[in-house]
Amino acid sequence: MAMERRDFLKSAAAASAASAIGMSIPTEAQAKADAAQSDWRWDKAACRFCGTGCGIMLATKDERIVAVKGDPAAPVNRGLNCIKGYFNAKIMYGADRLTQPLLRMNSKGEFDKKGKFAPVSWERAFDEMEVNIKKALKASGPEGVGVFASGQYTVMEGYAAQKMMKAGFRSNAIDPNARHCMASAVVGFYQTFGIDEPSGCYDDIELTDTIVSWGSNMAEMHPILWSRVTDRKLTDPDRVKVINMSTYRHRTSDLADIEIIFSPNTDLALWNYIAKEIVYNNPESIDWDFVKKHIIFAASPVNIGYGLRRAGEKSLKDGKYTALEMEIIDKEMKKVVSEKEAPALKPYGYKAGDVMENNPGSLAHWEVSFEEYKKFLEPYTLDYVAEISKGDPNESIESFKAKLQTLADLYIEKGRKVVSFWTMGMNQHTRGTWVNTLAYNVHFLLNKQARPGSGAFSLTGQPSACGTAREVGTFCHRLPADMMVKNPKHRAITEKAWKIPDGTLNPVGNQHIMKIHRDIEDGVVKFAWVNVCNPYQDTASASHWIKAAREMDNFIVTSDGYPGISAKVSDLILPSAMIYEKWGAYGNAERRTQHWRQQVLPVGDSMSDTWQWVELSKRFTVKDVWGEQPLRGNKKLPDVMAKAKEMGYNEDTTMFEILFANDRAKSYKLDANDEIQAGYDNSECLGDSRNVVGSDGKVFKGYGFFLHKYLFEEYADFGRGHAHDLAPFDVYHKVRGLKWPVVDGKETQWRFNVKYDPYAAKANKDAGTNNSHAFYGKLAKALPQGDLLGVKDPAKKSLANKAKIFARPYMDPPEMPDTAYPLWLSTGRVLEHWHSGTMTMRVPELYRAVPEALCYMHPADAKGLGLKRGDLAWVDSRRGQVKARVETRGRNRPPQGLVFVPWFDEKVFINKVCLDATCPQSKQTDFKKCAVKVTKA
Amino acid sequence: MRKIRYLLMRRFTQIGILVLYFGANAYGWKILQGNLSASSLFETVPLADPFALLQMLFAGAVLATDVIVGALIIALFYAVIGGRAFCSWVCPINMVTDLANWLRRRLGISDVQKRVYMSRNVRYWVMAMALLLSTAMGLAAFEIISPIAMAHRGLVFGMGFGIGALVIIFLFDLFVHENAWCGYVCPLGGFYSILGKFSLFRVKHDAEACTLCMKCKEVCPEKEVLFMIGKNSGSVLMGACTNCARCIEVCDDDALDFSIRSQLEQTIEQTKEKA
Amino acid sequence: MRKELPNDRRKFILSMARGVGLSAMGALVWSAYVDEVKAAPLILRPPGALDEPDFLKTCIKCGLCVEACPYDTLMLAQPGDNNPIGTPFFVPRDIPCYMCDDIPCVPVCPTGALVQDSVTTEVEDELTWDITKIDMGLAVVDVESCIAFWGIQCDACYRACPLMDEAITLQYDKNERTGKHAFLKPIVHADACTGCGLCERACVTKKPAIYVLPNEVALGEVGDHYIKGWDKADESRLKDAKGGTTVTERSNRSAVDSLNDTGDLY
Repeated sequence: MAMERRDFLKSAAAASAASAIGMSIPTEAQAKADAAQSDWRWDKAACRFCGTGCGIMLATKDERIVAVKGDPAAPVNRGLNCIKGYFNAKIMYGADRLTQPLLRMNSKGEFDKKGKFAPVSWERAFDEMEVNIKKALKASGPEGVGVFASGQYTVMEGYAAQKMMKAGFRSNAIDPNARHCMASAVVGFYQTFGIDEPSGCYDDIELTDTIVSWGSNMAEMHPILWSRVTDRKLTDPDRVKVINMSTYRHRTSDLADIEIIFSPNTDLALWNYIAKEIVYNNPESIDWDFVKKHIIFAASPVNIGYGLRRAGEKSLKDGKYTALEMEIIDKEMKKVVSEKEAPALKPYGYKAGDVMENNPGSLAHWEVSFEEYKKFLEPYTLDYVAEISKGDPNESIESFKAKLQTLADLYIEKGRKVVSFWTMGMNQHTRGTWVNTLAYNVHFLLNKQARPGSGAFSLTGQPSACGTAREVGTFCHRLPADMMVKNPKHRAITEKAWKIPDGTLNPVGNQHIMKIHRDIEDGVVKFAWVNVCNPYQDTASASHWIKAAREMDNFIVTSDGYPGISAKVSDLILPSAMIYEKWGAYGNAERRTQHWRQQVLPVGDSMSDTWQWVELSKRFTVKDVWGEQPLRGNKKLPDVMAKAKEMGYNEDTTMFEILFANDRAKSYKLDANDEIQAGYDNSECLGDSRNVVGSDGKVFKGYGFFLHKYLFEEYADFGRGHAHDLAPFDVYHKVRGLKWPVVDGKETQWRFNVKYDPYAAKANKDAGTNNSHAFYGKLAKALPQGDLLGVKDPAKKSLANKAKIFARPYMDPPEMPDTAYPLWLSTGRVLEHWHSGTMTMRVPELYRAVPEALCYMHPADAKGLGLKRGDLAWVDSRRGQVKARVETRGRNRPPQGLVFVPWFDEKVFINKVCLDATCPQSKQTDFKKCAVKVTKA
Repeated sequence: MRKIRYLLMRRFTQIGILVLYFGANAYGWKILQGNLSASSLFETVPLADPFALLQMLFAGAVLATDVIVGALIIALFYAVIGGRAFCSWVCPINMVTDLANWLRRRLGISDVQKRVYMSRNVRYWVMAMALLLSTAMGLAAFEIISPIAMAHRGLVFGMGFGIGALVIIFLFDLFVHENAWCGYVCPLGGFYSILGKFSLFRVKHDAEACTLCMKCKEVCPEKEVLFMIGKNSGSVLMGACTNCARCIEVCDDDALDFSIRSQLEQTIEQTKEKA
Repeated sequence: MRKELPNDRRKFILSMARGVGLSAMGALVWSAYVDEVKAAPLILRPPGALDEPDFLKTCIKCGLCVEACPYDTLMLAQPGDNNPIGTPFFVPRDIPCYMCDDIPCVPVCPTGALVQDSVTTEVEDELTWDITKIDMGLAVVDVESCIAFWGIQCDACYRACPLMDEAITLQYDKNERTGKHAFLKPIVHADACTGCGLCERACVTKKPAIYVLPNEVALGEVGDHYIKGWDKADESRLKDAKGGTTVTERSNRSAVDSLNDTGDLY
């Protein structure tokens, strides 16, 4: 009997609403709903978008995702979503989905860098990749092969890519877009805690009294968390305070009790001001017992440049940068100390007008005394800090000072729990690492870190920046589970786990994402592969990298679902399975790992990135990659073929056999009766009904073992027993994610806290102490001693189980508004669109809601420039220009002197304007500030 | 060429005006914006349809000075100079009805069709009715149904079903009655007939030169205005003449041409009228 | 003996009668048509438009406002649109009014159908355009289909609103079902809402859950016999108040008639 559409919707809605609130509904209505959905299959998954990590349920019917609902059982979102999450069901079905490999070819069907894209077979695609990788290896060694990786990789994809790159090609030139997103947070974690990722979790929101958002528009970028913050505020409106710290007014101010608009980069001064208030004016608020037991003080050099190209680099010598661009790039080598930063740099022996000679950024730091730290804090008086940091010229200095005072008082107030959240404002920062560590300073002094309801908490932007990029370690310098390529012990552990010869892994890991772009421009990287990201849209100084990709002798491959800018810039495009077309796992900002199954078959001939990597590994044998390999600077990677033979490999053994189809892998059986696998597609392992013709020209029939489970379990073994414990693969398919470390089946809410973190309890017990916390991270846990100016005693002193408070001053960013470029430019996102918009700009509803990126500016600035709302204006910098429509009333209200342009819109290609300056320590680009001029178009 | 010189000139102004309007809307030209209901010349001079204005006044509208000035300019122009020239030199419907007429002649429809009697005065009835209905309905009544407005507005801003109105007029003129719309029904034509009665620009007949071939009467859409052909010399003085100049073009004897009506003729006419 | 009416006189009367008959029929059809097309209660007019009846009288349908609109928001009603032919209107779901600061569509109106005074404010003795004064309609939220009322973090309408936090504000309510999230519900304020429709355009539901209606349709009207005792400004509502006689079915007869009608009282 046909059910009316309306009745159907009504009963289905009633059923899901009822189950969401746990209420029983009349059986008749339930039966109706069941009948309507009888041919739907509901299964859990994670949302594709931000780092919040909402759980969703997907309905599939006839090999198509037909509906989505928030997962009422998911602890993060309890059935809710933001509007991006609301449209998860539509993101894979854009009309221009890529369905077959495309190669630039000439009329004869040969690859031609100047040719037009035309469809080719997967076999041909891999042929071209093989040839070009071999060419790149020959020309530049392993450093000639690069991968633009992703914080949106599934855990398994990231691990497969990492393994083939580092063990196979012996190249560390794999770095994720997460570099642009949270690298500063990572280095902040490493330097402060000795181990990556937040100590707290989202439960802090419900437990805290104070939420301070620093450079984070949570209202738009983490909407579900924001609704939790809002709920917290509603629960106790008088007690709970919300403070928004930003360089312009945005939607997070709506709920805020206090909005502090500060001048770009002066968050450094603001944090130090709060610390000064604590140390100088409220010394009784310092929990000395905690500090003495858990904290040491540290300092590091200040003349570390801005992560720009350094003098003598090839493309600078070749004249690829204009005189205008060089005005800023020259500051990488030396700069003049400004009046603004001089007081802060006084303890370091600088005064205004001094020339600061910059060294390349390094991670070096050393222990100093509390007195040195106190001396360092001295300049941060309310007067000085208010003067340099007041961001709104129309606000009175008194009102601004009063707000700063209140802010400090709230942090200091005894018994008041405080959470400091931040995202890109503090991470995308030429002193990003510094400002991250400064946040912990304040929390540490007050003993308000790693406690329920208190802590400095870095929110991630991407769905698996934590889970994949950081935990799997798809960074140029990392290995899984916080291990480093530089560390011989870590390499040895990894080589053993991967069953590859000693000495295979490359110890030089410096090709971070900006470096890969620059190496392409310098002609070093000859082959680059884009995975699950859009590096040609998301990187600052974009024109350089696009030009390098298109005009130089190299081969760029992009794996994507849609034709974005990176695909356009490529030589070969591989159609890739999207999120729910493959088995996967993501890890969110609170260390929660969430798995999902393949829900549908990929569109067209698309195959997953995992499959692409595994297929590529079939093309390379021991002799292709494990002989002696040259590195830059006359270094070499040793020939490990002899050792390989000892391990039972021969020179024709493929990387596929060693890295992916080995004995352990084959032990993960495919089993149609397994409750995890039963009834679900597995295109990589079983092949599928599309009968895609694979990389060898034959129909791909699957690997015959459970590749994803193998990749996950092998990866998870790295962290198990090392404070990174993940649960077994199967467990994740039964629960709504777990926050690692998962010890004895239990997740961990607050790390380093002896009460909550079994690893902290163990470290505390092992050390024979009776402390509340144990900061057991292992990195940089023995330091030389010194003062603010440098090391005095190079003998390293251990600081096991301790964390660090850093002396790090306010400094100017490299480019600031001047007469030629009088405005600050900040970039960012909008709620409706995800990153470069390749998915969300293809969802009609989201496209209609926000079809174009606007240039948000203050009405007085607009008027002064002869611009009206809605006028088209040029936004110009020393690097490039874009045209955007002026908005003076919108969601973002910059103070006079600043404009904001979001970057989701490829037609308003704002990264052509942005400066590729990075934090010299984390190498994360500062997308939040550069100088521009705006003129009527 | 000589035979169609005025035709070409009329088409040029008719189309030219529409092109200017179209360009203003589509490309932002600042020469002539708006449409025939009201426009703005060089962004300064207002122009407006006096008949539309009259209907609006009847509807009870309180109007801004711009549109009143604009309507006066247009009214003065036709009253003093152009006469009923709007109909043949500006109105886009003219092209439709001319085409219907031309086809009608080519197909010889008039010759075989039984003439249906229709009074040319219908247009004055319609005009009066437009004004009355404007008052009764509280809006400019003819403007709501005017195929002329539909045509020029449609060509500039989008036609919609308005094309249907044009087709109906075309078919009616072609198959039902010669010159039905322009010559009998259209109240705007009626309005301009009255308004332009004393205008200076006139067709003048020279009976001396006339060979009584009657080609002029054949082509004239308002035949009665040429009552004097071959009888006496003088200007065509009836308001219904649209100054289309078809008669001048077809005349092989130079018996017709444009002229400025003289004060004398005016006086004579007035005297005649009194008599 | 009856005298025959002269033939031509008879003819004349007949033709007069025919004329009158035809005219009456024409007038009937014509007025019915006009009545039909002017009945478009949901049409949204350009900024500064007179009330609908006056607007219909005053608009000359020249399209100058349409040409002045930089966003192609305004259109002239075409035959078949079921709107008064030739008059300007907009459909916010397609193209909303972007609320230009200089309101280019209003000053070009030659007839005064779009009223300049209604969209200007005096600032320091100088008249300046004030787009926030326009009042083309009112956005109305269908709370059943608005996903923000489900708890979804949407509020696309709120962020699209050019008078954010005035015309649309967010109302925060606890989500008791989840126990830890809040609803952020868009609430429209009639006094500030201009009816520009940017919210309707931005709404992500299939059919917009927020949509602009003409004030006539969207707004009720409180009687002028009562004002808010706590709101001084509300008194302005009474300026045209005049008392009057009330009639109900119970009171529609005179007192005496009523008294004399004992009915079945006894």
